Amino acid sequence: MGEAIVITSGKGGVGKTTTTANIGAGLAKQGKKVALIDADIGLRNLDVVMGLENRIVYDLVDVVEGFAKLKHALIKDKRFENLYLLPAAQTRDKTAVSPEQMRDLVGQMKEEFDYVLIDSPAGIEQGFKNAVAGADKALVVATPEVSSVRDADRIIGLLEAQEKHRPFLIINRIRASMVKKGDMMDIDDMIEILAIELLGVVPEDEAIVVSTNRGEPAVLNLQSKAGEAYRNIVRRLEGEEVPMMKLEDESRFMYKLRKMMGFKG
Amino acid sequence: MFDLFAKVFGRDDASKEVAKERLRLVLVHDRASLSPQALEDLKNDLLKVISEYMDIDDQGFRVDFSRHDDAMALVANIPIRSVKRKSL
Repeated sequence: MGEAIVITSGKGGVGKTTTTANIGAGLAKQGKKVALIDADIGLRNLDVVMGLENRIVYDLVDVVEGFAKLKHALIKDKRFENLYLLPAAQTRDKTAVSPEQMRDLVGQMKEEFDYVLIDSPAGIEQGFKNAVAGADKALVVATPEVSSVRDADRIIGLLEAQEKHRPFLIINRIRASMVKKGDMMDIDDMIEILAIELLGVVPEDEAIVVSTNRGEPAVLNLQSKAGEAYRNIVRRLEGEEVPMMKLEDESRFMYKLRKMMGFKG
Repeated sequence: MFDLFAKVFGRDDASKEVAKERLRLVLVHDRASLSPQALEDLKNDLLKVISEYMDIDDQGFRVDFSRHDDAMALVANIPIRSVKRKSL
């Protein structure tokens, strides 16, 4: 019996889909059997982030409505031994599926997979309720900005009210240079405010944009700092104790690099 | 090192401190599911009830949430002018 994990945030644009894709790919790389579910019906994106958009035949709503079998709707990611995607429907909306149906579907998938990762839509309405319905565990993604932290707090409250396990926090897109100047909340500030357990910290990284352009998860890129952070998160999910990565101040790093190469200033 | 530097020179203007303070206040309301308007209504209702028993200085009347770690309390500061004598 596998574990179902929902990736959620409240606010849009903080990196839920990127997080889902990278954790999923990372777990698959570790040899786990993984299924990703795009629960953002009507606004699907996990398919493009994963680079699987051209292979969609059936979707989540087709499966729930009995129009397609689960095994026919799951897209196998050929880059990995055991990674599959169940895409969202694009021409329907969130009301096409109920929380009960999601619970059944996820329960069925847990029998076959080690991990079922559910990419939640933004918001706190039906789409969110569908996404969390079948989950055993929740990861809340938040960036160090007031709007994101506020929405994360709201989501944490809703998850706790539903008697889910206490959610875990992933701090995304943190910038060491701004933290050092006191112009961005740091890891401790966010944990203090949100009062939940930290699972990982992902630094802002241009490699994420590049990897999303190409449809190749950054977790596979050994040069990417964000990729390293995702690899650490994957190991922690697997029960390993991994120390938090030290945040490198990129501006200072670039400065040192330039100086080393003989360019001053 | 930079943290130390920031502390020594006391950067109170650091924008993250502003962010934290604003979040602290807004989250107290969010978590209690009470809007500032609702808090104002609560204050007025309290004032009405207590006024039946005491003469209150409504200028100095304060109601607010106070948070200690994980616990939250509603704290009212109600200056009394005089206690009304109960008629028999």
